[in-house]
Amino acid sequence: MQNHPVYTDNDPQTEYSTLNLGPTHPATHGVFQNVLQLDGERIVSGVSTIGYIHRAFEKIAEHRPFYQITPLTDRLNYCSSPINNMGWHMTVEKLLGIETPKRVDYLRVIVMELARISDHIICNGVLGVDTGAFTGFLYMMEHRESIYEIYEEVCGSRLTTNIGRIGGFERNFNTIAFAKLRKFLKDFPVTLKEFESLFNRNRIFVDRTKDVAAVTAEEALNYSWSGPLLRAAGVDYDVRAMNPYSSYEDFEFEVPVGTNGDVYNRFLVRNEEMWQSLRIIEQALTKLEKEPTDIFHADVPDFYLPPKEEVYNNMEALIYHFKIVMGEVPTPTTEVYHSVEGANGELGFYLVNDGGRSPYRLHFRRPSFINYQMYAPMSRGMLLSDAIINMSSLNVIAGELDA
Amino acid sequence: MGKISNEELLKKINDKFPEQLTVVGEPFGLLTLETGREQIIAVLDFLKNDPALQFIFLTDITAIHYPEQEKQIGVIYHLHSLVNNVRVRLKVFLVDGDVNIPTATDLWHGANWMERETYDFFGVNFVGHPDLRRILNVDDMTAFPMRKEFPLEDPNRVDKKDYFFGR
Repeated sequence: MQNHPVYTDNDPQTEYSTLNLGPTHPATHGVFQNVLQLDGERIVSGVSTIGYIHRAFEKIAEHRPFYQITPLTDRLNYCSSPINNMGWHMTVEKLLGIETPKRVDYLRVIVMELARISDHIICNGVLGVDTGAFTGFLYMMEHRESIYEIYEEVCGSRLTTNIGRIGGFERNFNTIAFAKLRKFLKDFPVTLKEFESLFNRNRIFVDRTKDVAAVTAEEALNYSWSGPLLRAAGVDYDVRAMNPYSSYEDFEFEVPVGTNGDVYNRFLVRNEEMWQSLRIIEQALTKLEKEPTDIFHADVPDFYLPPKEEVYNNMEALIYHFKIVMGEVPTPTTEVYHSVEGANGELGFYLVNDGGRSPYRLHFRRPSFINYQMYAPMSRGMLLSDAIINMSSLNVIAGELDA
Repeated sequence: MGKISNEELLKKINDKFPEQLTVVGEPFGLLTLETGREQIIAVLDFLKNDPALQFIFLTDITAIHYPEQEKQIGVIYHLHSLVNNVRVRLKVFLVDGDVNIPTATDLWHGANWMERETYDFFGVNFVGHPDLRRILNVDDMTAFPMRKEFPLEDPNRVDKKDYFFGR
């Protein structure tokens, strides 16, 4: 697993020093702790402690109607909230048998790919910061801002978006949203190109990242890794390609794969995924031209909240509003597992329904949680500075880690 | 869809483990089987290592609490065969008071934290687990909070009583 040999010193006089990395260390990029035993700068062993921001979302979800669970999913991976939101909406739609119109699917694809880009911007930018180059992070951060501005046009909020509704979107994309999207598609590739030329062949960066924390495909699968980390190790598993949702089968894109799963490979895979996301968004915009422009949600009055003006002025809308809010719409008694390709890997929703207004049991398969468990074992024998970079390239988001 | 249909999959499992698994259903195309804790590891091992099936990816382990049932705690495994692109769900139900089940950590290292999480929230004892401690909750917690009898909010708090709201 590790390329650095474990420094073994059999002298019983050897004293290891203990380092508490976290819970609020700047290098952890989130609230979680690793207690490391150090021999000089080599890590001898480590124990991960997590749960500092556990908020019992699964328990809360058992007491909330479906549409009120969306804000909970916001707070899982808060760097790419829209993917969580829409993953949840699609889970409920699968449960209820709702077919969404193509235009809704394409709009969702656009928002989800923007979210993926914004997540990868953070991860790769911060990887640069941790290796000592702040410049790339600042260049890229500007474009995360433009992505957030697009969210703002679509749903009104930026970080915890609560974007969309069961069945589609709460409102249609306006012209400003499309204008901002086009501007982003024009500006971002320039920066991304610059970012790549800043890092990809940079001697310092390559020396710091290449062959650091390399993981074989077998190990990655054994630890149930998914997402860019698994793909960097050479396994081409992408939920978008394997179990397409939201009409991903209509799009042409490539699944970038690395060779040895080291930090450098993960960096390259994430960069390439941003290019592929841009490609998907371009295709979605072309496809949208052929769709009627006024459709932004499925025709499911039983589950889609009517607009407020209608509720005040129209009896039928008031009835539906009441029924949805009070949870008086019957739902099937069954169980469903739906997964989407989150920015960190397979984000799964296991929903067991008993026909009531809230789930009987809801379990989130959180990629950060499952990816992170290899961190302590793989750090053994590593230099502390390498372990920091490794953590930053795992892209562990504390919200998703702890749920 | 996958390269192996659910019928073929079920036939292969039934040939290997006759009369030991019952089909719960196929909700949304995902074959769901129920088995006992005596053979769960053998079934998982077979699914993972059979050259034709290759369920090499452990998607998830979790549990559900059904207080009305005789066997209250259900442990749920989701497996994914990346080669055939087919998923399967396995359930094992345990009687409350004897919530012991063998660990899957020998098959997948990734099962480690999933089982710790399941223990933390449901009290399922995974026999043979190398490090079965609480993971998200505090270590000195005594309850298993995802069980249905555990209230969402502290029942002793008074600031949410109805009379404060004129009810």
